[in-house]
Amino acid sequence: MKEKVLSEHFSIDNFFKLDVYLKHNGYQAVKKALTELNPEKILKEAKAANLRGRGGAGFPAGVKWGFVPQNGDKPKYMCVNADEGEPGTIKDRYIMTHNPHLLLEGIIISSYCVGINTAYIYIRGEYENIALRLETAIDEAFQKGFLGKDILGSGFDLDITIHRGAGAYICGEETALLESLEGKRGNPRLKPPFPASIGLFQCPTVINNVETLANIPSIILKGAEWFCALGLPNDGGTRIFGVSGMVKNPGIYELPVGTNLKDLIFKYAGGMKEGKKLKAVIPGGMSSPILKADEIDITMDSDTLMKADSMIGSGAVIVLDEDTSILDVLTIITKFYSHESCGQCTPCRIGNSWIKKIVTRISRGEGKDGDIDNIARLASNMVGKTLCPLGDAAAMPILSIVKKFRDELETSIK
Amino acid sequence: MSLEFSDKTKKTIDKIIARYPQKEAALLPVLHVIQKEFGQISEEEEILAASLLGISQVKVREVVSFYTMFNRKAVGKYHIQVCSNLTCTLMGAANILNFIEEKLGIKPGETTSDKRFTLSTVECLGACEQAPSMMVNFDYHGHLDKEKINEILDNLE
Repeated sequence: MKEKVLSEHFSIDNFFKLDVYLKHNGYQAVKKALTELNPEKILKEAKAANLRGRGGAGFPAGVKWGFVPQNGDKPKYMCVNADEGEPGTIKDRYIMTHNPHLLLEGIIISSYCVGINTAYIYIRGEYENIALRLETAIDEAFQKGFLGKDILGSGFDLDITIHRGAGAYICGEETALLESLEGKRGNPRLKPPFPASIGLFQCPTVINNVETLANIPSIILKGAEWFCALGLPNDGGTRIFGVSGMVKNPGIYELPVGTNLKDLIFKYAGGMKEGKKLKAVIPGGMSSPILKADEIDITMDSDTLMKADSMIGSGAVIVLDEDTSILDVLTIITKFYSHESCGQCTPCRIGNSWIKKIVTRISRGEGKDGDIDNIARLASNMVGKTLCPLGDAAAMPILSIVKKFRDELETSIK
Repeated sequence: MSLEFSDKTKKTIDKIIARYPQKEAALLPVLHVIQKEFGQISEEEEILAASLLGISQVKVREVVSFYTMFNRKAVGKYHIQVCSNLTCTLMGAANILNFIEEKLGIKPGETTSDKRFTLSTVECLGACEQAPSMMVNFDYHGHLDKEKINEILDNLE
């Protein structure tokens, strides 16, 4: 059995309730952090753990916290990214449903570390029932003195508010999330300035993904060395991989960072459904470039997938079998990004909408010579030319599909 | 005639606004409450939200028109939202949608004449391991097939 950090207790009845959580070492990490450690020590430990962000970009969490200026007179904010909109991604839903107090512990410890007294959890609007569960968990934590004023006599105050989104993928992008939290359209901001210096309400802000923060309590209790040993030296811990699509056992699998993708699909998720042949895998949510069947003998970690011209993203693995039409996949991808582009940057707004028009025409059987080249040209023109990563997120899977499955796409035209 | 809240809702809204250092930041949560109370965010509700937060109506419209979950027209008692994204489509979402269309006699974007059901397609709901999936109001349903859809829809109040 592989060691689990986040999902070990998922199957315990009512684990989401504070009294059950407390029976399983609950809030010990908060106790240790606030009464035995100081913020400097916590930051050092978080950095040493090489905990890479689990939302998609893979930026080390400790380094991110270190960017927040410590001497200003403005308040500082924590924003928890629970927007979980990257197609294929299901992990944060599990963490928040089954282990909400672990997330709260992570928020308390990281806020203490950075000197933050106000945190917002930005949760996607569709997760209304989970938002209610989190609110109950927050109320319970308040009652027991884990939140509020002078937590555990440490002199540290923290308040957490749940803020529900309203159905916009772009709000998972950190600066769009901030705009949305301020009551505006989710239009991403120009960076720099980065949120660590000018973020929510123009104040220094830390934005971390749910799964990232949920790892913090164990790092505090067991140490950075243990965490790195669990995963890879420069990419520590486990990840909750979400496997979906044409496998026998779709679901979540918490495994060490660096688990082989082939094992994830064939050993853990039971292999292909109905004995079909594997065609391709989208390894890290829909924005990640596609891998062909002969490219999946690869370890799942940020650096390795980057070297393979893909990315680990949110760890959401979508499995395609031999019967899947790559044109259908491309149609869905282009429909999604053209719908979700916020419209602010011309290359993304116009590019995605034209690519969608061309792909839709091809799927009607009206493809023309040069269509594939035009798709590639339009997608290339989005890369690096937009305020936020959505332009790249759309272009990368499209370009990888055109490169790796060009022959199949061409047959749809002829 | 202007819209009136119940006292309970008024208290909820005051509590929400108090959570933010700037009133305007409460716009999304306040709109969720308004939509729950009145079923939609039409012009009247926009004016209400604007007056509660001390902002102009056009600011509210900007936001309402950006986010797909705010309904500018009332939806039926049950809003069925079928995922049409990648994993769900691989697992047969198109058949699920066709079946619901035939069962209810409406297309996506339409409401049954008795105002009981509205049907929509949506992007990824974050329930890919149970694809094909859908939401009925805020309840998630996965591993859908015809039988299961009949069971879910026929057992609604």
